[in-house]
Formats: sequence, structure tokens, C-alpha cells
Amino acid sequence: MVAAALAEAITHPAAGAALDIDNVNHAFDIDGAELPVLSDVSISVEPGEFVALLGPSGCGKSTLLRLVAGLDKPKAGTLREDESRIRSPQPSRVVVFQDPTLFPWRSVWDNVALGLEAQGILKSQRQRVDAALDLVGLSAFRNAYPHQLSGGMAQRVALARALVNDPKILILDEPLGKLDSLTRITMQAELVALWQRKGFTTLLVTHDAEEALVLANRVIVFSERPARVKADIRVDRPYPRHRGDPYLADLRRQILGLLGLDATW
Amino acid sequence: MSTYSLSDGLASGAPRISRAPLLAAWVKESGAGVAASAAWIAFGLSCLWWEDVGDWSRTHSLGIAAFVIAAITLFGTVGADYLGSAGRALRQRAPWLVALGVFLTLWEVATAKFAWLPLPFFPPPQAIIEVYTDDLPKLLDSVFASVRLQLGGYLIGATIGFLTGVSIGWSRAVGYWVHPVLRFIGPLPATAWLPIAFFTFPSSWSASTFLIALATGFPVTVLTWSGVASVSNAYYDVARTLGAKPSFLVLKVAIPAALPHVFVGLFMGLGSSFAVLVVAEMIGVKAGLGWYLQWAQGWAAYANMYAALIVMSLLCSGAITLLFAIRDRLLVWQKGTVKW
Repeated sequence: MVAAALAEAITHPAAGAALDIDNVNHAFDIDGAELPVLSDVSISVEPGEFVALLGPSGCGKSTLLRLVAGLDKPKAGTLREDESRIRSPQPSRVVVFQDPTLFPWRSVWDNVALGLEAQGILKSQRQRVDAALDLVGLSAFRNAYPHQLSGGMAQRVALARALVNDPKILILDEPLGKLDSLTRITMQAELVALWQRKGFTTLLVTHDAEEALVLANRVIVFSERPARVKADIRVDRPYPRHRGDPYLADLRRQILGLLGLDATW
Repeated sequence: MSTYSLSDGLASGAPRISRAPLLAAWVKESGAGVAASAAWIAFGLSCLWWEDVGDWSRTHSLGIAAFVIAAITLFGTVGADYLGSAGRALRQRAPWLVALGVFLTLWEVATAKFAWLPLPFFPPPQAIIEVYTDDLPKLLDSVFASVRLQLGGYLIGATIGFLTGVSIGWSRAVGYWVHPVLRFIGPLPATAWLPIAFFTFPSSWSASTFLIALATGFPVTVLTWSGVASVSNAYYDVARTLGAKPSFLVLKVAIPAALPHVFVGLFMGLGSSFAVLVVAEMIGVKAGLGWYLQWAQGWAAYANMYAALIVMSLLCSGAITLLFAIRDRLLVWQKGTVKW
């Protein structure tokens, strides 16, 4: 049954959605003063694209992701998923955060089942949970509690919890940022494989230029806060990509230059 | 190479262990058990050796019982290896059995035999045994009445406290109205309401239930509230992006996340409600262990008071053990919880 569900998921991938970010401005109110974080950000993402958002730490990338997720509303401008305005969170746009934020009182299986349970469709769709756990290779840990998992395993569970909803847009907020470098490299490859298999649109926030170049079709570089789009770079290389690829190394040098870090290169 | 030589040395050394360490090992393992047996024999002898200074009917039986316990301890200690977990448990508790035997012997000698401690304020052990055998029906009635009153009041208080705490933690509007009331009334000891409660409520029973519920409700409310308020926003964000509705956020996110706090509140509420229970029974209710204590004091029946105190402490401790057992079941996902 698991295999059948998995096969179905592979043969009928949930197609990605288009994302339109149109002249978005956003600011935080801090003690009455307005702190601008996003300034006239416009990005148009094709269905199924893998877009990396790169910028200095604290520039407002994560804020943009919260707007795309529908967790916050922009002060000005509009965001659209397939022509429909984003006003509130939807399971078609799922976020994987930097911390796995698994619910410690739920077993791995129950954590992955969270979305289906919240939408009231768990009873008829239990096999989707099994399939998602299979997808990230953690079926053996279905009854474990989060405190028993390693950092990489916890982040895989968080990924399964997102994927079980068949999202049209997968929003990744530095999901690999806290993992050790070996686990990070493994999970980068897994992410690409999942994205190619499922076809969802992916938005990845990172401040690792190499990670952005290994994973994404397109790298968008932001300025310091308030974030503006500084450069929009297409990465036309086939997957799997090699870290030592001179083409990528060249792009990396350009990007670091844009971020004002060319002296360290 | 070095590891091999090390294990070789151990293997060749093993058979050469002499008899003296074996004896030492046996004494270390079973010495406390033998000492415990001796202490209980001493207790039995102290019961039977001298004449009682007063008139107690259970002295002889108590002495025999002490010998029986001493015998069981001795055989249990010697045969511990064949008794499985019971044997291990006996070995582990043997030092406590020694202390208990010594304490009972001293108590017996100091009261019933030489009256070093003034009678009747310090009754001997056999007087307390006599209460349990001769006044059992009244004591059981009192236990039953206390448990009923406590359970009713506690369940009402815990339920209302939990619901109030979740409401304040969740809803700003509820918090606006309930928080000041809680701050004004909550810190007041529930016993301060006693005089008012006893004439406003139709019966002393309902008044006491109200007071116990009040004493339970305050800590449960405050801790549930703080538990709900301290739930990380990240959990709500995750649930919302996965399509959770507000009811799901309360029932499946806020409440489970707050549960460890709730149990601290339930524990504190249990403690303060015991105090109210006893005071209420002493003052207004004509039943229960508090009333029994008061009644015994009125008749200068000090043995009955000690007997009731022992029962009361067993009940309170049992209630807390039960609460912790429930908590451990519900919070298996927590690491490193306190063992009661």
C-alpha cells in the first residue's frame, strides 16, 4: 500500500504554482518607530522553479517568506499564488523553518500527520503519512519522539511534515542552516531529488552562496535591510551539480562581490 | 596489543579469588538484612521482656508480629537470590528496615515500658495498633468522608481552573476581565473564606467543597495560563501553515504544550487543598479525618490522633503518587521528569 501510494505520488506529481510578488513593501513597528524591512520587492517565479533568496543576515529574507506563507500581511503591494491573492496561510504553501519545530509531545508519525489532521482528512489518507516518512527514509522511526532524533533526522521529519500536504510551493527558511556540514551536503542532494520528483515550486532562503548555486535554478541577491532585489541570476546547469564546477565558482565570485565580500575570495 | 594483555590478566586472575573477599561480599550484600532482622527481634523482645506501665491489650500480639517480620526479613535476605525482584527490593530497603526496627524499639521502651516520655501524650505503638483494630469502623467512615469531600472539591476546582487558565491564556478579552479578579481573590488563603462560606452555603458539605475547589483552582488557573501563554509562536506558525483552524490551535497545540505547567498547578493545588480539607473538617463538617482528629483530642485519645495522622499522611502521599503516575503516562514525551 505504501509502495502504491509512493508510485502514485511519483507518476502524478503535484505541479508547482506560479508566485507573483508585486511591489511589496513591509516594515516593523518597533516602539512606535517604523523600521522598513522590504523595499519595492518584485519577483515573479515560474511554476516548478527552484529560487534561492540570498542576502546578508537580518536583511528581511525571512520576512518575505512569512509574507509568501501568508503568516503576515505586507504593508503595501500584493502577493499572488497562481493569480489568487495570498491573504492567509494555506497548506498549498508549506514552510520548513530553520528549527525543525517538531511538536515534542507527538511521535514522528503524528508530527508528519499534523497537516492532514488539521485539515480533517487524516482518517481517509493515512497512507500519505507513511509514504512521506518513506520518502525521507525515516519509516523505522515512526514511533520515536522528537527528543530521540538527531538534528538531521528532525529536519527530515519536518520536511516530511511539509511534503505530506503535496504543497504547490515549498518555502524553506534556511532549513539546513543548523546542520553539520556532512549532513547538510547529503540533505542538499535529497532536496534536489525531491524537488525533481515532485515538481513543486521552491523558495529557499539561505546565506550560503554555494548552497544556493548547487540547489537553485535562480539566485536572487538582496541588499542590506531594507531588502531590495540587487541581482537576479539564472543558474543554467544540469543536476546533479558539482561543487567544483568552474561555472558555479565564477557565479559564486560574482555573488560574493555583490554582497561586498569579494575581498575574502 | 595492550588491550589483549589486559583482558588476559583479568581472565587468569579470576579463579584465584580467595574466600575472604567472598565473605566480605556476602556481608556487604546481606549484612543490612541480617541487621534489620536483629533490630526487629530487639523490638519484639522489648515488647515482651518488661511489663507495660499501662493497660494495653495488643502488646503480646505486637511482639509476636515483630518476630514474624524479623523471620521474614532473615529468610528473605538469605534466599534473596531465589526471590527475584522481591529479593532485590528487600535488599535495597534493608537499611530502612534497620532504622525502623531501632526506632520502634526505642519508642516501645521510652513509652510503654519506662514512660520516659509522658503518657498519655506519647502513646506506645501497641496503643496505635489498638486503634486500628478496635476503632476501625469509625476510622474507615472518616477516611471515606474525607476522600469523597476532597475528590469532589478537587475535581471541580481543577476542571474550572484548567478551563479558566486556557481561556485567559488564549483570549485577550477573557484575560481583561478575569485577570484582575484573579489577582484580587486568588492570593487570599481559601481558609479565610471559611466563616462566610459556612453561613452562605446551604450545608457545611457544599461550603467545604467550594473552599477546596477554590484552593485547587487558583494555582491550576495561574499555571495553566502561564503554560498556554509561554507556548512558542513557532508552533502556531507551523500549525497555521499546515491548515490549522483556531480550535485545532487551542486543543492540539496550546493545551498539549501547556500540559507540563498544568501538572505543576495540579500538584500545588493538591497540597493547598489538603490544608483546606483538614481545617474545614475540624471546624464545620461533622465527618472525615480532620473531624476525627478534633474528636480524639476532645476525648484526650492521643493514640487515635496519631493513628488518624498516619492514615492521613498515607492518603495524601498516595494522592500525590497517583497524580505523578498520571503525569508520567501523559507526558512520556518529556525527558528527565522528577520521580516522586
